[in-house]
Amino acid sequence: MSPLTLITFLPVVGAAIILALPRHNHKLIQWTALFTALVVLIITASLYPQFDMQKVGINQEATFQFTEKHSWIPAFNINYHVGVDGLSFPMILLTALLSFLCIPASFGIKKGVQGYFALFLLLETGMMGTFIALDFFLFYVFWEIMLLPMYFLIGIWGGPRRIYAAIKFFLYTLIGSVMMLVVMLMLYFNTIDPVTGGHTFNMLHMMDQANQTGIILLHSTRIIMFFGLYIGFAIKIPAFPFHTWLPDAHVEAPTAISVILAGVLLKMGTYGIIRILYPILPETTVSFGWFIALIGMINIIYGAFCAMAQTDLKKLVAYSSISHMGYVMLGMSAFTAAGLQGAVFQMFNHGTITAMLFLLVGVIYDRAHHRQINGFGGLANVMPRYMGITLLAFFAGMGLPGLSGFISEAMVFIGAFQVWKVHTIIAIFGIIITAGYLLWTLQRVFFGETNPKYLDIKDINGRELFTLIPLGIIVIFLGIWPHPVLDLMNSSLSHLANMMSSVTPL
Amino acid sequence: MYLRQFAVGALENSNIDNIMFQLAIYILLAPLVAFTINIFWGKRYLPRGGDWISITAIWSGCAFALYMFFTKVLGNYDPNYFQSWQFDWIRWGDYQLRIGIALDNVSLIMLVVVTLVSSLIHLYSTAYMKGDPKYHRFFAFLSFFSFSMIGLVLADNLLIIFCFWELVGLSSYFLIGFWHEKDSAANAAKKAFVANRIGDVGMLIGILLVFTAMGTLNVTEVIAGVAAGKMGGMALTIAGLCLFCGAIGKSAQFPLHVWLPDAMEGPTPVSALIHAATMVAAGVYLVVRIFAILTPEASLVIAYIGGFTALFAATIAVAQYDIKRVLAYSTLSQLGYMVMALGVGSYTAGFFHLVTHAMFKACLFLGSGSVIHAMHGALHHIHSHDDAQDMRFMGGLKKYMPVTFITFLIATVSLSGVPLTSGFMSKDAILGGSLAYFMMHPQHWLLPVFGFGAAILTAFYMFRLVYMTFFGEFKSGPEAATALHESPRAMTIPLIVLGALSIFVFYSFNPFNPASGWFSTLNPQPDRAYEQLQAVAAHDTHAEAKSHDSHSKHEAVEKAEHNDSHGTVVESHGEEHGEEVHATDAGGHGGGHDVHHTAHLIAMVISIILATLGILIATMGYYWHKIDPNVWKKRLGPVYLGMYHKWWWDEIYEYTFIGGTKLTANILAWFDGAVIDGLVNFVATIGRFVSVVHGWFDLYVVDGLVNLTAWIVGIFGRFTRLFQGGQIQRYVLYTIALVAVFIILKVL
Repeated sequence: MSPLTLITFLPVVGAAIILALPRHNHKLIQWTALFTALVVLIITASLYPQFDMQKVGINQEATFQFTEKHSWIPAFNINYHVGVDGLSFPMILLTALLSFLCIPASFGIKKGVQGYFALFLLLETGMMGTFIALDFFLFYVFWEIMLLPMYFLIGIWGGPRRIYAAIKFFLYTLIGSVMMLVVMLMLYFNTIDPVTGGHTFNMLHMMDQANQTGIILLHSTRIIMFFGLYIGFAIKIPAFPFHTWLPDAHVEAPTAISVILAGVLLKMGTYGIIRILYPILPETTVSFGWFIALIGMINIIYGAFCAMAQTDLKKLVAYSSISHMGYVMLGMSAFTAAGLQGAVFQMFNHGTITAMLFLLVGVIYDRAHHRQINGFGGLANVMPRYMGITLLAFFAGMGLPGLSGFISEAMVFIGAFQVWKVHTIIAIFGIIITAGYLLWTLQRVFFGETNPKYLDIKDINGRELFTLIPLGIIVIFLGIWPHPVLDLMNSSLSHLANMMSSVTPL
Repeated sequence: MYLRQFAVGALENSNIDNIMFQLAIYILLAPLVAFTINIFWGKRYLPRGGDWISITAIWSGCAFALYMFFTKVLGNYDPNYFQSWQFDWIRWGDYQLRIGIALDNVSLIMLVVVTLVSSLIHLYSTAYMKGDPKYHRFFAFLSFFSFSMIGLVLADNLLIIFCFWELVGLSSYFLIGFWHEKDSAANAAKKAFVANRIGDVGMLIGILLVFTAMGTLNVTEVIAGVAAGKMGGMALTIAGLCLFCGAIGKSAQFPLHVWLPDAMEGPTPVSALIHAATMVAAGVYLVVRIFAILTPEASLVIAYIGGFTALFAATIAVAQYDIKRVLAYSTLSQLGYMVMALGVGSYTAGFFHLVTHAMFKACLFLGSGSVIHAMHGALHHIHSHDDAQDMRFMGGLKKYMPVTFITFLIATVSLSGVPLTSGFMSKDAILGGSLAYFMMHPQHWLLPVFGFGAAILTAFYMFRLVYMTFFGEFKSGPEAATALHESPRAMTIPLIVLGALSIFVFYSFNPFNPASGWFSTLNPQPDRAYEQLQAVAAHDTHAEAKSHDSHSKHEAVEKAEHNDSHGTVVESHGEEHGEEVHATDAGGHGGGHDVHHTAHLIAMVISIILATLGILIATMGYYWHKIDPNVWKKRLGPVYLGMYHKWWWDEIYEYTFIGGTKLTANILAWFDGAVIDGLVNFVATIGRFVSVVHGWFDLYVVDGLVNLTAWIVGIFGRFTRLFQGGQIQRYVLYTIALVAVFIILKVL
């Protein structure tokens, strides 16, 4: 059995055990969940030294690693087919890490503890599965598996407008899923498995144009398919103008769920585009590169401006996520090695940085029971440790050198500038706005005279530090020495960049 | 793997180079270690908040920097000295972005300036910051700043320069906002960071332009690339100006100058270190670094920006009452001088002024800190809440603080450009350069006007400051005066050292000829990369002159006179004014030299006259009281108001850019909520409406049809039921009747 199967299905086992435990023994449930996630993290981390950085993956079935392939539904030639390459491996590392750290961050949950942790672990299965699936049908199944626990986690454990937010999230994502489903079926019925001669859901077969037949070879069909998949994934990123579900979902979601949502789920959008859209429809994608660059640029600037206008701290962080995911889109729109690698590295870095930001918002919300930026003031002197970590996270979000965000943003700019000069120059101005809103927020929360209401507010505690410090160390370490993650993706993404640059656009 | 590569690279170099490298790494990393220790453990576990760790780090660094300076630059001068160590930092595809540190004469001199000033200010801060509840954090940040600044000096690559550039900005943010309980300090910190970021955007675009054109960011390779013609013309001009944007931000040139005066909200040692001597000079240092790739067009823009800033800031300094603000605007003005010098091609003069200015301006700021320290005590003594930095409450301080007074006076004289000082030599070189540029390009007459205008104003406002502060009567009353005292030794020693370094002798033995001093001879102007393309032949001679370098200092001094880019040899005799200044596009024709020579003689005479005049006016107004400043305030009317209100730039920015940004943010947020999300909700509403209609249709139409059918069936049923009574007789009757009817029909 592939270790990937293990890390994907261990959480379900954990969830089953949790459901079997006595309902009121919260401690036992929490520690079971923590233990499950820890085992998953250890197994995932132990794959790191075994991972061969030279193997490319992407569209070559033989060079995927830790693969496993079984027939699942033979009638439709659907396989349980999993494996990782340099694109997905950083993502499963991120997933395992954030899932683990989010469990202690959820120890404050008092209502329906059993259900919460069971659903949370089910969510982890969905995320892992999505990143390792190499069969489109399997990918789709995991994608949907992920959706359901999320809906309940927001809808049951969320804030006052949780029902609205959960339904909005669900419907929006469902629309994307439907788009994806249609394109998936179009691909299925027009792809020939070179071995059996039947139809296939195997992504890697779909990537080889020699296997494609019929209607999907038409330009017009390919453009329709491009936009079908694009919208399906763009909703998840979320790309302008499909982004409005995100602030609502974040504001209502409990802290840990926000972390997962921003840290992992958003990445699935851009991951899907790079994994599926790019290699399957390369020439269509290349001819719409300008479009992806444009949306990326809009996300950066628009998200930053919207963040500046927010009064709710969590909403501000949510909009900053929209802005930062714009860098990912801008980077991948150029189809250069620097841009693609910058984009995937930015996905990883945004995962860690935004996780810190949401955890930090959770810390202050637990104490003050509100998130109004103007309602704080002068916390620097009463919460010095909290301020220190917040400074780190905020400056990382600003892309300050020495912290991981800088390297990915610099690579994105270097990669994108070679192709999209105007888009990139406009996007660079986003860093001023980002600095503006983050510093302004810092000032309103921490500086000035201490708000008398919070004179005896407690500084950050050990459990919260436990969730934040590992992320902080990663952010600093990768900012100084990015190789451990960059080297993972180099071969795969260089290969993809070559693939994309060798096709002739429409 | 990388580390091994890294180490092998270092070992391949010769022994002395290896030592140099290790020392450079030590100088760079020691403050970082100090920062890490102090920020985490300083307050709780270390005696004196760990200040001694920071001090040890920087003082040992300074000692090593001086050692490197004396062995390499002074002892063993090599005009082409260059060594670097690199490792690959970021990789994509087959490309490796290599970064590392580079040592050459310029960076060694800069290293000495930074570590020396920084060391003195560390010492000064032990007294100045005594008793502050965040004492440990102050030293941690000082160390962090030193680390970033040293990194900036040593960096060999535009991207890594940019990294340290931003880190310097970050430490400046922390130090300006050190007393963040004050809103003004928090605002100033934010303003400084954002203004710097605006410049950084330009710099980043410049970096991208350079990288896209040349595929490298290593400074040496970039210069070589330009010399090889990989980038030129308009593209190079734009790239150069974009990079210069970074310098506009960091060196607070117009129009991004607004952050520097506000940065005076930080503790005074910070103002001295960061906002006078080192960080703001980083912009000038960047221009020094990229000097070789600047095109004539780019240089011209740079010269105008610098010149305008020099004059513009000087006019504001004249009308300020806050002692630190006067010095802040004076810093702006002097930075403008340096930038203008580099713009008109007076490379050596610009860099020279950077060094001399670092010393006397640090001395001035520390002196003002000493004054503020004393004033604070005095005002506290009489329970007054007057501003301890306002010069209108000072006066007559010379008798209470003699050391502060004398060092302050020396530095003032130096800044004003009085002969026998370092400032005279460097400023005069700049003025000569701008005058020479004008003589070759008469259409640019504004440049020397800026320069000379600023010179007279400088002398005036500095002596105004000195008279208001140290002469006359103490304005806060005799009781407060009893509390006045000279500052402790930790504060006066740095003043004495810096004051001494403002005297000519450390830079040149001939006070009227800086060109004969070590500084100018050891810092020849680098060849303009694009000129190299044009004048290969001349370049050959030049290289030959350089290669015949000798090992003794004296010979080096003579030899380095040969550094003229067109290969002409300059004979330097005693009184003669031999400072070499090359106008931007003078390359290729040797006629420029006479112009420079004449220009310098004229400039020297004019600048001495102007300095005297400025001092005289200040003396008349503020010492002899022959001129009443208030009368002149009225006479100048709106001009005075403009100077007093800093020409309203803060207000202009507040209403345009800041207001505009906030407005855009609010409009877009409204758009997001009302239009985009409105659309989403509208679609949802439509969906719900459709479902309601559908529900109604389902209930009344679809289900209605079903019910209708049922009803019709029911009617039938009821009708047919009429025939079903359950009585056999009636059935028989019906049957017979039906048969009868059938028969009748058949018969008919």
